[in-house]
Amino acid sequence: MEMSGEFRIPAPKDKVWAALNDPEILQQSVPGCQSITKLSDTEMEGAVTASVGPVKATFKGSVVLSDVNPPDSYTLTGQGKGGAAGFAKGVAKVSLTEDGSFTVLRYSVQASVGGKLAQIGQRLIDGTAKKLSEEFFGNFSAILGGSAAAESVAEPQLSSSGGLNPALWITALILVMAALTLMFVL
Amino acid sequence: MNAIDAKKATGIGASVPRKEDFRFITGNGHYTDDICRPGQAYACFVRSPYAHATVDDIDFADALAAPGVILVLTGKDVAADGLGGLICGWLVHSKDGSPMKTGAHPVLALTHVRYVGDHVAVVIAETAAQARDAAELVDVSYGELASVTAVSGAQAPDAPQVHPEAPRNTCFEWELGDKAATEAAFNNAAKVVSLDIANNRLIPNAMEPRAAVGEYDKGTGVYTLYTTSQNPHVARLVLSAFVGVAPENKLRVIAPDVGGGFGSKIFIYSEETVCVWASKKVGRPVKWIADRSESFVSDAHGRDHQTHAELALDANGKMLGLRVKTKANLGAYLQLFSASVPTYLYATLLSGQYDLPAIYCEVDGVLTHTAPVDAYRGAGRPEATFVIERLVETAARELGEDPAEFRRKNFIRKFPHQTPVIMAYDVGDYEASLNEACRMIDYANFPQRRREAEARGMRRGIGFSAYIEACGIAPSAAVGSLGAGVGLWESAEVRVNPTGSVEVLTGAHSHGQGHETTFAQLVSDRLGIPIESVEIVHGDTDKVQFGMGTYGSRSGAVGMSAIQVALDKVIAKARKIAAHVLEAGEGDIVFENGHFTVAGTDRGLAFAELALQAYTGHKFPTSEIEPGLKETSFYDPTNFTFPAGTHIAEVEIDPGTGVVKVIKFVAVDDFGNIINPMIVEGQVHGGVAQGIGQALLENAVYDPDTGQLLSGSFMDYCMPRADDLPSFDVGVTVTAAPSNPLGLKGCGEAGAIGAPPAIINAITDALGVRDIAMPVTPERAWRAANGL
Repeated sequence: MEMSGEFRIPAPKDKVWAALNDPEILQQSVPGCQSITKLSDTEMEGAVTASVGPVKATFKGSVVLSDVNPPDSYTLTGQGKGGAAGFAKGVAKVSLTEDGSFTVLRYSVQASVGGKLAQIGQRLIDGTAKKLSEEFFGNFSAILGGSAAAESVAEPQLSSSGGLNPALWITALILVMAALTLMFVL
Repeated sequence: MNAIDAKKATGIGASVPRKEDFRFITGNGHYTDDICRPGQAYACFVRSPYAHATVDDIDFADALAAPGVILVLTGKDVAADGLGGLICGWLVHSKDGSPMKTGAHPVLALTHVRYVGDHVAVVIAETAAQARDAAELVDVSYGELASVTAVSGAQAPDAPQVHPEAPRNTCFEWELGDKAATEAAFNNAAKVVSLDIANNRLIPNAMEPRAAVGEYDKGTGVYTLYTTSQNPHVARLVLSAFVGVAPENKLRVIAPDVGGGFGSKIFIYSEETVCVWASKKVGRPVKWIADRSESFVSDAHGRDHQTHAELALDANGKMLGLRVKTKANLGAYLQLFSASVPTYLYATLLSGQYDLPAIYCEVDGVLTHTAPVDAYRGAGRPEATFVIERLVETAARELGEDPAEFRRKNFIRKFPHQTPVIMAYDVGDYEASLNEACRMIDYANFPQRRREAEARGMRRGIGFSAYIEACGIAPSAAVGSLGAGVGLWESAEVRVNPTGSVEVLTGAHSHGQGHETTFAQLVSDRLGIPIESVEIVHGDTDKVQFGMGTYGSRSGAVGMSAIQVALDKVIAKARKIAAHVLEAGEGDIVFENGHFTVAGTDRGLAFAELALQAYTGHKFPTSEIEPGLKETSFYDPTNFTFPAGTHIAEVEIDPGTGVVKVIKFVAVDDFGNIINPMIVEGQVHGGVAQGIGQALLENAVYDPDTGQLLSGSFMDYCMPRADDLPSFDVGVTVTAAPSNPLGLKGCGEAGAIGAPPAIINAITDALGVRDIAMPVTPERAWRAANGL
């Protein structure tokens, strides 16, 4: 199952890449980011608190980074465990392309969630995911100094082979993005 | 009120208001959650978020250190204490003679989890909230494995395997009927009608979730388990003989007021097993109450069949043969009745109400990474009825025959009737029910109603369902020969007190059926005493000697018959005592309307006076007649009972929105004799509501890739509500069951059995389509209405 989309960020590519590597900025950008621990050069651990409808949990995430091509692209493999709330895991490919004074961040995610998050969060994830992703890119853009907020240039393109609400993948993306943030901190 | 009036008002056939309702309506019922034992601790289960995974490590150090936590237990502790696994009480054999294949069902997962919600560990803490918080701290390392949730594909050689013991996830490949005779029938057929039929998976959703309180008495070594059970003695038997929690004589199981079961509370689950086992380990009572989310993932689900069915007909539209191939989803583990539901409770009813000379049915029991599937209201019979009634309606349409007339032409008319699939129908009048249902719904004027609806832009359809079921699930020798591990008789004890009031101890268990009323009506009727003087005691293994419990609409036919037999014994003894007290010959004693009299005289004794005499023992020789007045019975009927009837649904569909509205629903049932018409009608209402729920609203959905339960809450699993349902018109016809002394057949499941095909037949009639899948959501109806 896959999901992809893109955001326009009001800053040049080098600046966006640098920001993605700036722990301060990322920690401020990721909603609910609690902690970051580096396990090795390529492995990170962190915690993000997220609530989806009645399910509120602190997701302990770990991320492995690969295919790093600064300042253009990277691949993240992450997973978050939320105890009784369930889990989220996925692989995200992120790329940056310059477009005038803007940078277009494209992402494609393959992810899945399980446990209570899948069981009862389904209907509520859509709104939550939208809110979280807007918050992330809003914070991120604001910190980068752009007067204009980041805008989604395209509705996320969703294709799923099964019955899971595609919005789940948006949440999974958020979790992966959160983990990604942690990754770039060091 | 004199005795005669009392009997009329409260005896057999009277619509006595339910005795139990006052306490339920006023909040004075005692459900398991109302039971609070001194010092009780609370359990919270850690459940698998994966459909299939290895359990590599369970780190519960943080949980153990959390506030209020007393103990954390895992599958290793279960194994260390030598507890056995949970069992299936019915052994089914494959066509090749080999016994069914499945893996062990551990109380807590040891090496693998096999469905989302599977039990991994339990945290026991001072409060429920502390147990819950600590459960979140249990860090389980899982090794995720591929899963399979649907029967399609599960038997492929490369499909993920649920249990290594069951290759190709095939628990059994079972058959019933005469294959050669059926093939011959198809070879001679003028027409063959076939359908691919899915019977959607359902989640029981009893109003009261499952619950348990386990308690261990250090002094006596006796365990007590309070739990939401439909059959406390069976729970005790399984927990002692198979799981080995405690010897049977050291285990008391109490099922207090239970708020609905629908089959889901027959089974012995991990949770109550853990509560009773852990109570000794923590030295305190342990309580667990399921929350609704746990119920969705861990109660045994129902139905979930994929079937290909073919009906062979001769040139005159007479049925020649039926061929059925079903794949039944059993879930990840077999529960108590899992193996019997899609086999002996299903294929044995495939003859329906029809004179079908040849039937051959094959059923594959398929294991998947989903919650266990077991009996749910109707248990096999709704699936059989759906197959045959969809097929029959389709055949009638394709032959251009009136669906009522087509059924009449093929009805069984001579009794007893031996079907080709084990069952021997003892009595029935199928045309009587069909005719009455047609009359009640005004079938003759349906075309006019359809035209009127069409003028309003609505599509109106009518659908029939002439169902039959087998209830009682007895006699014992018969079910034993089919693979049951127990006998399915019932016990009763009638205790007459010295003051003439009566306690009846029954092995049946009421969880919504109104036994306290109907059983008391029987006693009031037979003994001529006020219904208020009768107490029905059930649900406690220390009080009731033994019992097989309530399911399969068996409590009337089997449970009440046991009471009837015990009452016979009481009256026989009382008559002997009366003869001595009244100084008359026993043959001259007449017992009528609660009075023992000497025939032709005015000498007599009221029942209460006789009772006192029985206990004083002053006026009869106690060397010949023991003092006291108490009799027991273990009653085994001579056959299954066969409730049958016709349900007719009339629906209107808005082709613009796809909304299906059930305009009329007529249910005419032959339940044999009826004790309380109001309670019977209530049972029909509830069953029909559930049947309409299956047809229009309810559907359990697992994600095919991840095995996650997607319909895991009432946001996604749609239960029927009052405004989804019309006012039901319920009628009865009566042919008394010859297999039990009261002539009862059972009424608890008929609605859930009869309704789904009636609704789907009405919808396909309205839309002019051959088939449509349950549940018929507005989207599905809209697509079908618009040819999409």
